[in-house]
Amino acid sequence: MFQTLMNIISLWALPVIIILILTMGLIKKVPIYEVFTDGAKDGFKVAVNIIPYLVAIIVSISMFRASGIIEMAGNLLQPVLAYLNVPADTIPVILVRSLSGSAALGIFSDIANTLGPDNYATKLSAVMVGSSETTFYVLAVYFGAVGISKLRYALLVGLLADFIGIAAAVAVCNFIF
Amino acid sequence: MNYIFYLLIVISIIAGAMNGRLEQVVNSILSGAELSVKVAFSLIGIMAFWLGMMKIAEKCGLISVISKIIKPVTKRLFNEIPEDSPAIGDIAMSVSANAFGLSNAATPIGIKAMEELQKQNKDKTSASNAMCMFLAMNTAGFQLIPATVIAVLIGVGYKNPTEIIAPTLLVTSIAFVSAIILAKLFQKFWQPQKCGEDKICSKH
Repeated sequence: MFQTLMNIISLWALPVIIILILTMGLIKKVPIYEVFTDGAKDGFKVAVNIIPYLVAIIVSISMFRASGIIEMAGNLLQPVLAYLNVPADTIPVILVRSLSGSAALGIFSDIANTLGPDNYATKLSAVMVGSSETTFYVLAVYFGAVGISKLRYALLVGLLADFIGIAAAVAVCNFIF
Repeated sequence: MNYIFYLLIVISIIAGAMNGRLEQVVNSILSGAELSVKVAFSLIGIMAFWLGMMKIAEKCGLISVISKIIKPVTKRLFNEIPEDSPAIGDIAMSVSANAFGLSNAATPIGIKAMEELQKQNKDKTSASNAMCMFLAMNTAGFQLIPATVIAVLIGVGYKNPTEIIAPTLLVTSIAFVSAIILAKLFQKFWQPQKCGEDKICSKH
């Protein structure tokens, strides 16, 4: 019930917003075509502006993932996390979640495919992947778009919130499943 | 960020050498650089579309209507931003687009919000408190339905994929609220922004 409702909202949200914006523009006598094209001009500029920031973040994270250090960290963490009832298979998801969204989703699909839908690791990693956004990517794109390179506490807050999310996922899944 | 950038790369090279994966590490420089450009270019079209739409929304007053509706909440979260700033409406639209899983629209609208926040920023090279708050809300990734995850679960024959929704919603809400609280706390204790060259920070 909740999900059907959400599906309908997801499907209709954009069309409704677009109609609303255009209609209100016409009523208020805004020259919508001119204003649209004027605003759209910035699309290219913004996309090009974020390239240096994306290259810095995506290259360093690709190197980090290729180096095998995530597996090393996973081996170190395994005894501690096993104590907290976190299956070893989900450790890569935990470590990669803030770094790369596509990688986290890939690892999760792999877990789901090899261990099957009823395994606890599948459920836990589903919750962990579904409840997060890729912190490093978001920071690179948003700060890159306005040319900000001094992030102050933004990264720290993002990573702490990710950590709290993982702890919450472990606690909630332990309780429910 | 300087240290993080340095550490990520140097640790990768050392660990890659230790693991005998130096070749993969070097290759990932090329693939990572390629991927960055691909990501940026894939944004151009959709970015242009939503920036155009948002410009109409701003000109016809829709954004300021939204800003007024959510004023009680944003007044507390973004206390350094004037209440009638279009940034507030943009932030509201971006967060709701994220919540409904419309990330194609959420990113361009979010960037528009960042541009508005940058206009209020006293030092154009460093992040303002308002930006840190907005990005804290964004990186926590509040989403009502994890559509992609559910699609994967259905793909492997999960009989009741909707049972994942409630725990995910609970976890994402906990992370979202903690991110906001953390951002507020850090705003108090972190060293304040220095004045930029344009010296408009006398009022703070």
